[in-house]
Amino acid sequence: MTPHEISVIADLVRRRSGVMVDTDKTYVIETRLAPVARREGFTTIGELIHDLQHRRDEKLVWAAVEAMSSIETQFFRDRIPFDQMRDDILPVLAQVRRTTARVWSLGCSTGQEPYSLAMLADEECGRFPGLKLEIVGGDLSERCLEKAHSGLYTQFEVQRGLPSRLLVKYFDKVDDAWVLAPRIRQMVSLSRLNVLTDVKGQGPFDVIFCRNVLSAFDESTRRSVLERIAGALAEDGYLVLGADETANRAPPAFRPVAARRGLYMRDPAFSVAA
Amino acid sequence: MRTCLVVDDSRVVRKVARRILEEIGFDVAEAADGMEALAWCRADMPQAILLDWNMPVLNGLEFLHQLRRAPDGDKPVVVFCTVENDPDHIAQALDAGAAEYIMKPFDSDIIESKFADAGLL
Repeated sequence: MTPHEISVIADLVRRRSGVMVDTDKTYVIETRLAPVARREGFTTIGELIHDLQHRRDEKLVWAAVEAMSSIETQFFRDRIPFDQMRDDILPVLAQVRRTTARVWSLGCSTGQEPYSLAMLADEECGRFPGLKLEIVGGDLSERCLEKAHSGLYTQFEVQRGLPSRLLVKYFDKVDDAWVLAPRIRQMVSLSRLNVLTDVKGQGPFDVIFCRNVLSAFDESTRRSVLERIAGALAEDGYLVLGADETANRAPPAFRPVAARRGLYMRDPAFSVAA
Repeated sequence: MRTCLVVDDSRVVRKVARRILEEIGFDVAEAADGMEALAWCRADMPQAILLDWNMPVLNGLEFLHQLRRAPDGDKPVVVFCTVENDPDHIAQALDAGAAEYIMKPFDSDIIESKFADAGLL
């Protein structure tokens, strides 16, 4: 790829999804765009970018932006946030909400995060009888959401982060694929969502998982997205960020929960702008 | 240092597993079938066992049953690592006392994450 092509795609992605493409990592850009080029009938990535620049076909633009913005995921990724959900958040929700609590998985990619939350809730339902989780997963990529919808995962995917006990409990094997039980899939609703433009006016959610999404944004985008997330969170709601992310630069929206990495509560001083 | 006994009738698999396990901090011992593995365990019980299913002389599941009846045989954390990849096999292994189950082919990420799930890391 030429430096010009790289700057065209980086600029397009930043404007549409807020994601900052690392322009030094040419191989990452090529790995992600090559399947799009092939699928759409271009012989090279250069041709694809030329077309993106001159024809402005919205469908093609989004296909490229989605491919560049997708997040790596796995079941129970990083483990700690799911332990916090089980040990810190669910007991509180069972006390204060009692019946239904709403959980939002932002940047849910191919579904492993919302489905991990659904399996966790099912595992813990004996401790919290009566508490039902409504889990909503949102992602920019239609292709990722389609896969999430199917509930089909490869052997490789079900061996990353998913304990074998949960694999045999919640999945069936169909040919070479593993398919998640319908009753777990039914706990999750999925829809297309651009974090830049579609968070405002949603909610309220009791818990928002937004992991490894913000770190792809620049500072000002991160701050404005965090404020909109605060607006979509219940007043006593929780925000869960990725392992290396903080909301400390977005006061007064959130305050960290002591001794809990990545876990925040909405700050009582924060009020939603009209 | 903690020891992991790698039980597999393929020398290549043992070699690959050894390299990965040494990298995550285990001393590695090798056995080519369940019977050899039992002899190892009687002499020096390891903390972890990476266990193939299909092997000559004594297969992985039979080995696990016998291990659990041996003195101190309840101590090692057992992780299966086999081409058998249907839910029945996995359920049988877990029922017999395996902590985790890896379906081949495997790589270092899978071994590391399964050993973490099994409480070994």
